[in-house]
Amino acid sequence: MFEFLEQAKAGDRRSLARTLSALENGSLDIEQAIDVLGPVPTPIDGDWQTLAITGAPGVGKSCLLDGLLRHWAQRGLRVAVLAVDPSSPRTGGALLGDRVRMTVVDDVELNSLIYLRSVATRKASGSVPVIVEDMTKVLLALGWQRVVIETVGAGQSEVRCAALADRIVVVEGPARGDGIQAEKAGLLELADAVLVNKSDLPGAELHADEIRESLELGTGHTPPVHLTSALQGTGVSQAAELLLTLPSSGRSTRARWRERLLAFHERKILESPQLDELLEKLAKGSILLDEALRIIGGENDE
Amino acid sequence: MPPTTMSEPWRIVVAKPGLDGHDRGAKVVARALRDAGNEVIYTGLRRSAQQIVDTVRDEDARFLGLSSLSGAHEHLFPKVCELLKQQGLNDVIVFGGGIIPLGDREPLYACGIRAIFGPGTPTSEILEFIDQATQLENTGVGQESDWYWTSSA
Repeated sequence: MFEFLEQAKAGDRRSLARTLSALENGSLDIEQAIDVLGPVPTPIDGDWQTLAITGAPGVGKSCLLDGLLRHWAQRGLRVAVLAVDPSSPRTGGALLGDRVRMTVVDDVELNSLIYLRSVATRKASGSVPVIVEDMTKVLLALGWQRVVIETVGAGQSEVRCAALADRIVVVEGPARGDGIQAEKAGLLELADAVLVNKSDLPGAELHADEIRESLELGTGHTPPVHLTSALQGTGVSQAAELLLTLPSSGRSTRARWRERLLAFHERKILESPQLDELLEKLAKGSILLDEALRIIGGENDE
Repeated sequence: MPPTTMSEPWRIVVAKPGLDGHDRGAKVVARALRDAGNEVIYTGLRRSAQQIVDTVRDEDARFLGLSSLSGAHEHLFPKVCELLKQQGLNDVIVFGGGIIPLGDREPLYACGIRAIFGPGTPTSEILEFIDQATQLENTGVGQESDWYWTSSA
């Protein structure tokens, strides 16, 4: 039935791309895919299989990732990237521009080792984090050794995508506010490592120090803070090495499970066969929200 | 393939082949396509034919829009079409735009390009083309239809 799965397994890139589209538009589910592709390999020695790279717009995530990918590919690693960008809530459309900065995918020596796929959040049609998780499983099952999820660290969907990864790297830049900004709760709390990019600009060292200071106040393993300049290439190969063997900070386990639980719950709701009917009833006012939740939950118990 | 719902956006690659640094037109088109609810993947400037075809393959794009203002369309557009066919991407629908004299268009249609939009084309016309190209059959670059869109500019 899904001919492209067999072809993807044989190494055909277009069929891989089609498989991901089929997951995205719901015409294929992950169990069907894994049935044909085989299981997701278990990680070796606690190494991560999935890494989220996240941070505010404009800090240089794509440029930096381009440098990291180049380094990893030169070491012979096969790395797939899912670059997640928001869809317009108004029109559902999206402009996916991560490729503009990813020059490594155009390098004929290395591009067989790198797969880059742009993913729009499509809020209307399903649960993004779950789709990204399923795409990740497919890529791992197909022999991609590491999967990087790149997201803008703003918005619930994006944070939730990051929380699904084994490790989270937060990219920061200089001139992003004073020390108090670093103390504010948010993405930094989830970080296993922080890369302060644009280290060629003034203020980068200072900002890195502020982040270090803030992170050292926490309990457990302190995430490393490393300076990079994607523009000049300084610190990038060191960062690539550091990230390859990055341990989990162990700090945000509960927070991540919270995000995963919410993503899982959202999936149950969105995939419920009764969803349309329930929405109809809710709109008419014939049932209440908690009744609707009970109906969805009850059905999963059967 | 199972039927897809109406809400499924098209994935469209907008590409700038060759040594041409002007992408205002490509950006305007990308924006119009996005605002019509599509997912537009923009390649950035100065891509080779092979790079563009790799992008279409990896992104599973249904459409490819090529923009050229450098006068090299006669060389670059057919090359992209040729590579798409070689790699079995026959069902991808290709359209082009930019500074492309009327006299140059026939041979491009013959390569499987389904529309050429010149300066001043209303963006709504490009959206109409997208609709029509998906409703008709076999409009991919390597497919047998000899249909093409007659543009207003």
